Amino acid sequence: MIRVVLPFHLRTLARVESEVQLEVGSPATIGSVLDAIEAHYPVLRGTIRDHGTLRRRPFVRFFACKEDLSLEPPETNLPDEVVSGAEPFLIVGAIAGG
Amino acid sequence: MSKIRLLVGTKKGAFILTSDGKRKQWEVSGPHFAGWEMYHLKGSPAEPNRIYASQTSGWFGQVIQRSDDGGKTWETPGGEPTPTPGEMPKGESNKFVYEGEVGTHKWYDGTQHPWEFKRIWHLEPSLTDPNTVYAGAEDAAIFKTTDGGKTWKELPGLRNAKGHLWQPGAGGMAVHTIILDPKNANRIYIAISAAGVFRTDDGGKTWKPVNRGLKSQYELPDPEAEVGHCVHRIAMHPSRPGVLFMQKHWDVLRTDNAGDSWQEVSGNLPSDFGFPIDVHAHEPETIYVVPIKSDSEHFPPDGKLRVYRSRTGGNEWEALTKGLPQKDCYVNVLRDAMAVDSLEPCGVYFGTTGGQVYASANGGDAWNPIVRDLPAVLSVEVQSLP
Repeated sequence: MIRVVLPFHLRTLARVESEVQLEVGSPATIGSVLDAIEAHYPVLRGTIRDHGTLRRRPFVRFFACKEDLSLEPPETNLPDEVVSGAEPFLIVGAIAGG
Repeated sequence: MSKIRLLVGTKKGAFILTSDGKRKQWEVSGPHFAGWEMYHLKGSPAEPNRIYASQTSGWFGQVIQRSDDGGKTWETPGGEPTPTPGEMPKGESNKFVYEGEVGTHKWYDGTQHPWEFKRIWHLEPSLTDPNTVYAGAEDAAIFKTTDGGKTWKELPGLRNAKGHLWQPGAGGMAVHTIILDPKNANRIYIAISAAGVFRTDDGGKTWKPVNRGLKSQYELPDPEAEVGHCVHRIAMHPSRPGVLFMQKHWDVLRTDNAGDSWQEVSGNLPSDFGFPIDVHAHEPETIYVVPIKSDSEHFPPDGKLRVYRSRTGGNEWEALTKGLPQKDCYVNVLRDAMAVDSLEPCGVYFGTTGGQVYASANGGDAWNPIVRDLPAVLSVEVQSLP
């Protein structure tokens, strides 16, 4: 099971606790974990990545194992620690100034 | 005993304020969707407990919410998990996609720029069908749902009305006003900041600009151009759908022929700059505006918050000040933040960027704050309930 931590506003939108656990097929990639999130919580479609292009929204960031994965392509494999469930995949609302 | 329900959208959530017909004691519910920008909430005239809400975020985009119990509970129509395993989820209530070739509009530097969906500014439920709603979008377009908000489809004819010449102003380029003609189901008016007013007479297939008489000196190369005027708000009394009132960037105007021509009626206003305009529920020639000092200083002249009322359809205006701050007041009242109820006497309501919502239960003669410390108010709608 892959653990995913959603930002506050997406947790309230999806009505879930701080962390969700998802079954993701092998190999688990950034794209496949996002597919799994959207399959379980369709209300989150369009909130993390664009409906049509599936591009990451500008002020949403992805982290795992203290690494920023935001700029990595969707087919990037997730770290072993995330695949094993030892570490979570973090979806974070970026600092947007102000 | 009748009941009043105010739907208040703010920069940081939605609030629902309720009162009985006396409109003296109010209950406040909220924040709903705390932390999100709630651009607009509006109830279905056909089924008042059905309320639609536009929830937006610079981080997470657009969400449409719907309530079927007067705002106690909410759902995202179409956002529920797909029952069939293996089938991709839809989540289409949040999906606003421009039809066909996306096309371009004028950009700040005069070049052409592709349309990009940003958010929904305004939701206008059908007068007769609770599942049909029109949505006004930034970048400017109109969308329609006929399934209660599950799916949305653009009415692309609007952008064919010289859309390539529309240019965003500093506040963006959005369809912020949608008015449905109660006597002609095929006629709809919409207004776009920095583009103008447009009308359809065939249910949204084709649209034409209706801006003759608008003058925008110092704002447009051709002050009387067919499109490009920064219309802030239009309002109509349901008994006279061919008569519209307009608060433009500068100037207050009216039309008596469904927008074919407009005349200025700013008269003795201390400033004819402002955002909202509304019409009394029982007196079609009684209108309200909130003058703002200028396009550079978005606050009331002299620090005095004054609603101006004309009982003559414009030109002759009186200041309404009782109960409103008359010194050191530097709030703004945004375009969608004024509403009237249909009780007798007519109630008038408006919200400010300082978080106050003011109510008058006597057509504007005297005002009281219902709440004083909400986040900046983006929109106010009122429902008069049995």
